[in-house]
Amino acid sequence: MATLKHSRRMAANAVFTTVCWIATGVALTALVAILWSLVVKGGGGLDLDVFTKVQPAAGLKGGLLNAIIGSVFMCSVAMVMALIFGVLAGTWLAEFGRDSRFAEVVRFLNDILLSAPSVLVGLFVWIVLVHPFHGFSALAGSVALALIAVPIITRTTEDVMKLQPPALREAGLALGAPHWRTVASIIWKSSRSGILTAALLAFARISGETAPLLFTSLGNTSISLDVTKPMASLPGVIYSFALSSDDDLVRLAWAGSLLVAITVLGINIAARFATREQKRS
Amino acid sequence: MTTVDPLIVDRPPPKGAQFDPLFRYACAAAAVFLLIALGGMIVELTINGWAAFAKFGFGFFTNVTWDPVAEVFGAAGPIVDTIVVSVLAMVFALPLSFGVAVFLVEYCPSVLRRPIGIAVELLAGIPSIVYGMWGLFVFAPLFAQYIQLPLTEAAPPGSIWETLTAGVPNGANILTASIILAIMIVPFVAAVLRELLLSVPATLRESGYGMGATSLEVVSSISLPFVRRSAIGAAMLGLGRALGETMAVTFVIGNSHDFPKSLFSSGSTIASTIANEFNEATGEMHSASLIALGVVLFMMTFAVLAFARVLLNTQQEF
Repeated sequence: MATLKHSRRMAANAVFTTVCWIATGVALTALVAILWSLVVKGGGGLDLDVFTKVQPAAGLKGGLLNAIIGSVFMCSVAMVMALIFGVLAGTWLAEFGRDSRFAEVVRFLNDILLSAPSVLVGLFVWIVLVHPFHGFSALAGSVALALIAVPIITRTTEDVMKLQPPALREAGLALGAPHWRTVASIIWKSSRSGILTAALLAFARISGETAPLLFTSLGNTSISLDVTKPMASLPGVIYSFALSSDDDLVRLAWAGSLLVAITVLGINIAARFATREQKRS
Repeated sequence: MTTVDPLIVDRPPPKGAQFDPLFRYACAAAAVFLLIALGGMIVELTINGWAAFAKFGFGFFTNVTWDPVAEVFGAAGPIVDTIVVSVLAMVFALPLSFGVAVFLVEYCPSVLRRPIGIAVELLAGIPSIVYGMWGLFVFAPLFAQYIQLPLTEAAPPGSIWETLTAGVPNGANILTASIILAIMIVPFVAAVLRELLLSVPATLRESGYGMGATSLEVVSSISLPFVRRSAIGAAMLGLGRALGETMAVTFVIGNSHDFPKSLFSSGSTIASTIANEFNEATGEMHSASLIALGVVLFMMTFAVLAFARVLLNTQQEF
């Protein structure tokens, strides 16, 4: 009887173990398949033209230069806005708000905003910044991206600042520095690598975002650096080219996907290194 | 007067202390801005979508007709599709990500643990448009040829099986969309679950093994009960992602507004409808209806995410 029960337990465990192995195998296979097609199809489409020519009309040859410039531009503007708001809001939560009721609400809504559907952020910015001014603009696109980046930075800034030892803050105050000085020169400085990691992760996240840009920056077939005019973005161009029936455009869409994926993965890996440095020091 | 620390009274205020209030207000303003951003989102979406709610009333949720030409908008199709696709995606993704997480914590050879763990986390960051491209050009054709066609052909006439597998065999349908979504959220959910399983104190797990428990028993009787609330929270976070996911779904769902009739019928989720039609909206009512759809999506994700956060935040009770 005991042995029967024993063997049944062992059998159940063996089944469970196998299922876990299979699950991991299935998941990894799918992900390897995606990376493989990215490298094969995307790599096949990559050539010098991609980086030196602007996007072509259907039937012609061209590159993605305008989209690359547009994406870098809008993401950079968005990051500047997001860093200012995110670091300040995070500082407020860690230094002033702390356990107050209002801070709890801010924290909760920040967490919601962190995973809110990005297409809704796009709709919201369209209502606020595109519709009243009767035009799509790079500024609206940047604001939409910034709204997605802010919660990431706020949350990490707060977490990292709270991790700093209280003695550090007290030392600053004891030296006769005012509160803002203590925060700016000591707490921010010692939280630097954590905030940098958050900024990198946020940058990676927004550089692949498509949905919030569809109704805000729209797209632009030529190179533009005017924030009041529509601007092209890499994900936006991938989206419109992928749905076209022109083989050259689809090839460019794959090349663009590879570029976006490399950027995102590269930044994520860089962020990992930034965290590791922090742990070592 | 209240008691004041005598040490502070005699000391002149530090140099530059006049900027302290400014700094405080700047920080508070940024925090308030976060509130305004989310609050503004709810308010603006509701105001701008109100015309649709007012005109169609409750019929907006129950009517299946979505006809921009006749200006009749009923959102039942997209709403039901969103729920069906997300729930199906969770059905595929949850066991998979649970298996991956348990594998990484319990079974993985230690040489592979870090690389696979890092790979899973990195893949959680790949933009959804990349999944969409892969779904459209690689997965959908294979799916149509090797899964959809055989299933449809093998279906006995008149059975439920036939009803479930009816549809155009082009690979762009509800099932494809939910599979792509599942692949997308597996790394995310697996990474969170893995963190949770790792948070179980080693002494607890080891005492289980010490009593002669098998891995299955340790996971099901010790680890899972320990992280139960948070694990449900993690699943809810994944569901929140699935509900609002736009690009990956838009590429592979086929974009029709009909009520879903089978697993292989094409459909459109709320997010994909907005992404597809908003820029080409033909009139005021069309835009308003799309924004109203956005409000519905917002409510759905807000409820799911709020639930997830409450569950995740109460973990500290232990």
